[in-house]
Amino acid sequence: MSEPRDILLKVRDLKIGATVYPPGERPHDIEIVHGVSFDLEPGRVLGLIGESGAGKSTIGLASMAYGRGGVRITGGEVWVNGRDILKTSLSDLRSLRGGEVTYVSQSAAASFNPAKPIMEQVTEAAVRHGKFTRKQAEERAIALFGKLGLPNPETIGRRYPHQVSGGQLQRCMTALALCPEPDLVVFDEPTTALDVTTQIDVLKAIKEAIRDTGVAAIYITHDLAVVAQVSDDIMVLKLGDMVEYGTTDQIINNPQEDYTKALVSVRSIRHEEKKPTDDPLLTVEGVTARYKGTKFDVLKDVNVELHPGQTLAVVGESGSGKSTLARAITGLLPPSAGQITFDGHVLTPNLATRPREDLRELQMIYQMADVAMNPRQTVGTIIGRPLEFYFGLKGAEKRRRVQELLDEIEMGDGFIDRYPAELSGGQKQRVCIARALAAKPKLIICDEVTSALDPLVADGILKLLLQLQKIENVAYLFITHDLATVRAIADSIAVMYQGQVVRYGPKSQVLSPPFDDYTDLLLSSVPEMRLGWLEDVIANRKMESAGN
Amino acid sequence: MIKNMPIAAVIGLFFTALYFLMAIFAPLIAPYGMAEVVGGVWEPPSPEHLIGTDNIGRDLLTRMIYGGRTTIFIATAATILSFTTGSVLGFLAAVVGGWVDQAMSRFVDLLMSIPSLIFALVVLSVTPVTIPVLIVVMGLLDSTRVYRLARAVAVDINVMDYVEAAKLRGEGRAWIIFREILPNALSPLVAEMGLRFIFMVLFVSTLSFLGLGVQPPAADWGGIVKENKDGIVYGIGAALWPAVAIATLAISVNLVADWVLNRTTSLKGGRG
Repeated sequence: MSEPRDILLKVRDLKIGATVYPPGERPHDIEIVHGVSFDLEPGRVLGLIGESGAGKSTIGLASMAYGRGGVRITGGEVWVNGRDILKTSLSDLRSLRGGEVTYVSQSAAASFNPAKPIMEQVTEAAVRHGKFTRKQAEERAIALFGKLGLPNPETIGRRYPHQVSGGQLQRCMTALALCPEPDLVVFDEPTTALDVTTQIDVLKAIKEAIRDTGVAAIYITHDLAVVAQVSDDIMVLKLGDMVEYGTTDQIINNPQEDYTKALVSVRSIRHEEKKPTDDPLLTVEGVTARYKGTKFDVLKDVNVELHPGQTLAVVGESGSGKSTLARAITGLLPPSAGQITFDGHVLTPNLATRPREDLRELQMIYQMADVAMNPRQTVGTIIGRPLEFYFGLKGAEKRRRVQELLDEIEMGDGFIDRYPAELSGGQKQRVCIARALAAKPKLIICDEVTSALDPLVADGILKLLLQLQKIENVAYLFITHDLATVRAIADSIAVMYQGQVVRYGPKSQVLSPPFDDYTDLLLSSVPEMRLGWLEDVIANRKMESAGN
Repeated sequence: MIKNMPIAAVIGLFFTALYFLMAIFAPLIAPYGMAEVVGGVWEPPSPEHLIGTDNIGRDLLTRMIYGGRTTIFIATAATILSFTTGSVLGFLAAVVGGWVDQAMSRFVDLLMSIPSLIFALVVLSVTPVTIPVLIVVMGLLDSTRVYRLARAVAVDINVMDYVEAAKLRGEGRAWIIFREILPNALSPLVAEMGLRFIFMVLFVSTLSFLGLGVQPPAADWGGIVKENKDGIVYGIGAALWPAVAIATLAISVNLVADWVLNRTTSLKGGRG
């Protein structure tokens, strides 16, 4: 049976299963995608969107009849160019993968072979599949490099993967996927690991490449604002089920389902800016710092202030020194110059010489909640330890207080004896917040605490943090690269660029014009939930992003 | 629990338990006295002597049981010693870092560059060979290997955010080593422990075979091989019994170690 050629990819009732190994139980099989169907015409772009565990990557890979580690396609049909690839032979699949259908992964750095030059890897599939000779493939690759806006397209292929930036490498990977002239490209979160300002360039490059080559694409992401810029149609997924499927315009401007509405209205928290008080809680004066054995200052003369019960957001891209600032304040990296005043007295630069009271009043929450908690300790031990360590609480009294804290972070009963592996991502981060609160701190440093979370979960965490601030009157030093988060919770903002604070002041002032070039770049790079945003931004930019 | 165990682990556990029980209850099980001469030289197996007699007419089964007691005791004690010193020092080096780590690691490199058998022979030839001395020499020489493993594992764990969180809380080194690092380093160490125990059995047997281990008339497996090796020329297999014992013990302990490793990694909250 042959299909009409105008449908490139036809998925019918696709079911995908996997074996799970829950802690403390026997391994068993579960279904992770429950019968998803869709069509894709040549040259169209379909966006798959959903939170982690929605099955978007799994569906993307299924269009190459591939199941990643332990994942099996258990039912349904996947038709590519008129044949059911779930029933076809292995040799046919081999010509399909990397030939007709190609794949762009989230982390280009982990996907390229560091020992081979880029050109060799970009042309490999095209040459192997016999689509082009080596010479033709190289010419095509150079043309693609140019189209994707890479600098020096003639020679960049001679470089090794570590010699180009992350954003450039991601574009090289797009070239790799487009080189064999595929009919379909699967983009699996291609911009998620990049900085906002770099993300724009890659997004633009991908969008133009798709348009110019006329290839069809599946674009997978958790960020609705991103997918709105590149795709024609959007499918919203939740826990392996299709929630809503429609054109991009319809999903963004007229969502039908509650879940889609929630995704569209995410990042809508608003917080009234508080006026600074007379006595700042934390004063950072002229702090300069460098890592041991290097000759480069990662922090250059940083001056900021934070008032009790308020939030200072430190914004910047990776490498701007924002996490280093946190390390200098906590004493993990003693600054080489400058001083830090906390609650009326000067903090000793080194952690080891600080009195216990200082340690107690200054707590920290990390980006990756998974590794911020000892996997061999229960929630009760994790939250209970600061209570025992700082306040000498023991036994029933400690347990009661742990439960109080669990109630405060809206987790309630039944969690105290669980291990971190038995919690979801959002719950893990909540436990970390409770651990910090247990010490009754005056300041909590939040280092990218919502970056690793799904948008809706991240929203929940931000709301919780704001609410706790009202109750406990704790100040936050909030480190993030996400300006939407900053808008939501900050009272004052410090924008960092290459180790310096380039803009600092109350939120209303920092976020209103006139902007310096860097702040303008950063602000304009935050994806907005509307069609045509990408084109507007690219047309109006003043400064090239760091990735170029 | 037995029901859920893989068959290999059951077999391994059975033989390991058998050997250890025989070692513990040797005086109750053994049919004759340890050094008692009860028959002719190299008598073949008979109802009185189930696996025959040895080179001076002692009951070989009795010698094997007592020999197992000595060998297993020395190997166990030396393993415990090497693990406590090796892992505590390894963790300490990883947590403290800097020149302390450098000094300790380079010293361990120095010790490891000398073949441990030769090193042990030199030490034992100038000290009185008693069982405590044997245990200390073997345990310390072997702790270099454990040190390396423990340090490598701990360096990995030491950079985890939860260790940083503990440091920021102001915890002392003891808490960081024993409460944060140790529980997470246990699985690789337990797996290594089975292997190192067997090396210890081989080590003490080799030393005894060379005459610098357990001294006669005390029995141990290496010594029994030594005493009876001349019989092999005449087709007498007395020296093979301890060899078989060493091999079966080695295999069964490793089967158990494998199972323990699998279990600890799949524990609640286990890593991977």
